[in-house]
Amino acid sequence: MLQIRELHATVNDKEILKGLNLTVKPGEVHAIMGPNGSGKSTTASVLSGNPGYTVTKGSIRFYDQNIITLKPEERAGEGIFMAFQYPVEIPGVSNINFLRTAIGEIRAYKGLPPMETRDFVKMFREKQHLLQFSNELAGRSLNEGFSGGEKKRNEILQLAMLEPRLAILDETDSGLDIDALRIVSNGVNKLRSSANAFVLITHYQRLLEHIEPDFVHVLYKGRIVRSGTKELAGELEAKGYDWLKDLPDALTDQN
Amino acid sequence: MDTADTNNTLHSVIEGNYQYGFVTDIEMDILPRGLSVETVMAISEKKNEPEWLLKWRLTAYRHFLKLLETQGMPEWQNFNLPAIDFQAISYYAAPKSKPVLNSVDEVDPELIATFEKLGIPLTEQKMLSGVAVDAVFDSVSVATTFRKELSKLGIIFCSFSEAIKEHGDLVKKYLGTVVPATDNIFAALNAAVSSDGSFAYIPKGVRCPMELSTYFRINAGNSGQFERTLVIADEGSYVSYLEGCTAPQRDENQLHAAVVELIALSDAEIKYSTVQNWYPGDKDGKGGIYNFVTKRGICKGNGARISWTQVETGSAITWKYPGVILKGDNSSAEFYSIAITKNKQIADTGTKMIHLGKNTKSRIISKGISAGEGQNSYRGLVHAGRNAINARNFTQCDSLLIGSTCGAHTFPYIEAKNKSVQIEHEATTTRIGEDQIFYLNQRGINTEKAVALIVNGYAKEVLNNLPMEFAVEAQKLLAISLEGSVG
Ligand SMILES: Nc1ncnc2c1ncn2[C@@H]1O[C@H](COP(=O)(O)OP(=O)(O)OP(=O)(O)O)[C@@H](O)[C@H]1O
Ligand SMILES: [Mg+2]
Repeated sequence: MLQIRELHATVNDKEILKGLNLTVKPGEVHAIMGPNGSGKSTTASVLSGNPGYTVTKGSIRFYDQNIITLKPEERAGEGIFMAFQYPVEIPGVSNINFLRTAIGEIRAYKGLPPMETRDFVKMFREKQHLLQFSNELAGRSLNEGFSGGEKKRNEILQLAMLEPRLAILDETDSGLDIDALRIVSNGVNKLRSSANAFVLITHYQRLLEHIEPDFVHVLYKGRIVRSGTKELAGELEAKGYDWLKDLPDALTDQN
Repeated sequence: MDTADTNNTLHSVIEGNYQYGFVTDIEMDILPRGLSVETVMAISEKKNEPEWLLKWRLTAYRHFLKLLETQGMPEWQNFNLPAIDFQAISYYAAPKSKPVLNSVDEVDPELIATFEKLGIPLTEQKMLSGVAVDAVFDSVSVATTFRKELSKLGIIFCSFSEAIKEHGDLVKKYLGTVVPATDNIFAALNAAVSSDGSFAYIPKGVRCPMELSTYFRINAGNSGQFERTLVIADEGSYVSYLEGCTAPQRDENQLHAAVVELIALSDAEIKYSTVQNWYPGDKDGKGGIYNFVTKRGICKGNGARISWTQVETGSAITWKYPGVILKGDNSSAEFYSIAITKNKQIADTGTKMIHLGKNTKSRIISKGISAGEGQNSYRGLVHAGRNAINARNFTQCDSLLIGSTCGAHTFPYIEAKNKSVQIEHEATTTRIGEDQIFYLNQRGINTEKAVALIVNGYAKEVLNNLPMEFAVEAQKLLAISLEGSVG
């Protein structure tokens, strides 16, 4: 479903992604790991069309189209979802109203009629239960005054409601307590199907023990320098990233 | 609004088009430009006014001249008041066809069509149910609906001109008692040259069964609109009143200096709502209405209640402070406001709550929204007099900034003359940044809708106070007003 080819991207004229390649097929779970500042969040931002980032070279194909020219809301309509590393607070907009609007817009993009209120409420109750998201939180303004972990859980609640084809989770596990991590992971596992795919950006093997990835990639200086199966995560946990410094320049820096 | 509709309005606004900017081509009776004793007399004569009213006007005119000479224009506001050439304005402009009082169906079809285009159908077949409308076109009221139905309950709802003829005693008793002709320079000007407006009287114990509303339309060029509204709620009565306004798109600025007076006797309640959408000028600040309005109510009797709700989206400059004098014991007042400024629009608005009676309560909720280079000032006075024992006020004053080139300012003034008074003031400022917009974009919501979602959430508390029929309209208007102001 997703094919990223030789992707170069800049932010504030600084090149961050330097020839990234990644292929994701329906039903797969990919983990992206790598040291701080290597370009993981940048990859997520570029995929979701953040206007602050400029693609200078390469292509991103999602199903049958190159999505580089699509607006962020169009990409969301196509079924790309990003759980933010730092979800923002939006005072005055209720969680529920926000979700209704988002679902309505995405359905409209797909040419579907608005969801019936009854169906919406039923779906919300189900997902709320799945993620053990309290009524008190649901009734508040979007992320307003939420703790770090509550915000992360809300990202996954939105994911569950919007049912994307491709979900990118940017360090959703960071800041979650042990119980919350289990709830969120269970939630994600229940949402997995042969029709959708997940890209998990994480620093910790712990998450991957809950959500088992098909592939693990190491991102370093804007490129994927190693790919493997879930054993690679364990290896990284044990070795750290020091070994990256010994990689030949040709692998890490093309210039 | 369906999607196609939304898209159309979206484009029209982004391109700087104002939806109501058209001009009606109709034969007019227009006084030559200029302001003098003769102008005042000519207006009074056209309306066949009684002697006392002409005298009142002339006194007001002399006061206006005196203020202009001795003090000049006010300077305390938080903006530069552009010079206004009072001699360049025509003070009376009316469609030539005579106003028809008996049947709306006899009104000039051109006027009917104009109001219909503005979403205000006036004919019997199409009238909005549950809303009685007085339609004011430039200097005169051209039609008032549901008069007969209302009169069965003893409710008087008619144009100001007609009220002077038919209910002179009531007008004489109350005119200028809340906003005296000497109140300020624009109130003085209004008293001198006001040509029409709306009048409502709700008798004792009657609950007005429908919304009363006035729709103001400025059409003629080089003219101003100086209308006067007087609403009297007799003991134990209730009325909800709504005014709306629009004007053609023109490069010149036009002056709108209205006066509204509300009188609530014992245990009466008046809710007055405004959805102001005068032409705001283009994106470079050319043209637009100067909306300099004096609005005040008095809770004259014990237990009276007055509430002002305003949604201010239009005008190049909005300058108004709808206030309430809480004279009766246990009376209460509310002020709910949303003021939007974008491009080069300016709003300096707020309220004055004057507590005189015991146990009087007031509540102020002000929501300023600024985008583009818009400047928004809240200015409020809460005064509690010596006898206002246990007076209470709560003020919440919020500012929402969209982008980084706009501004919000607050000027709260408090005067408490006795120690039992309790006054609370809360204020917040929120800026909508690109990261919030992107977050919503990522969830499938485009930028225009994202802004609308944020703004409607923010303005909810005020919108909830509008009569149901208009809350939806106002919500759309807010969204439309801000389209194109982000990203
Ligand atoms: N707006 C910006 N201006 C300048 N540099 C930026 C900007 N945004 C990101 N960067 C830089 O791009 C690089 C990659 O950042 P990114 O957020 O993608 O890293 P990451 O791999 O997600 O790191 P972490 O594990 O700490 O979340 C960093 O060096 C960062 O400082
Ligand atoms: Mg990151």
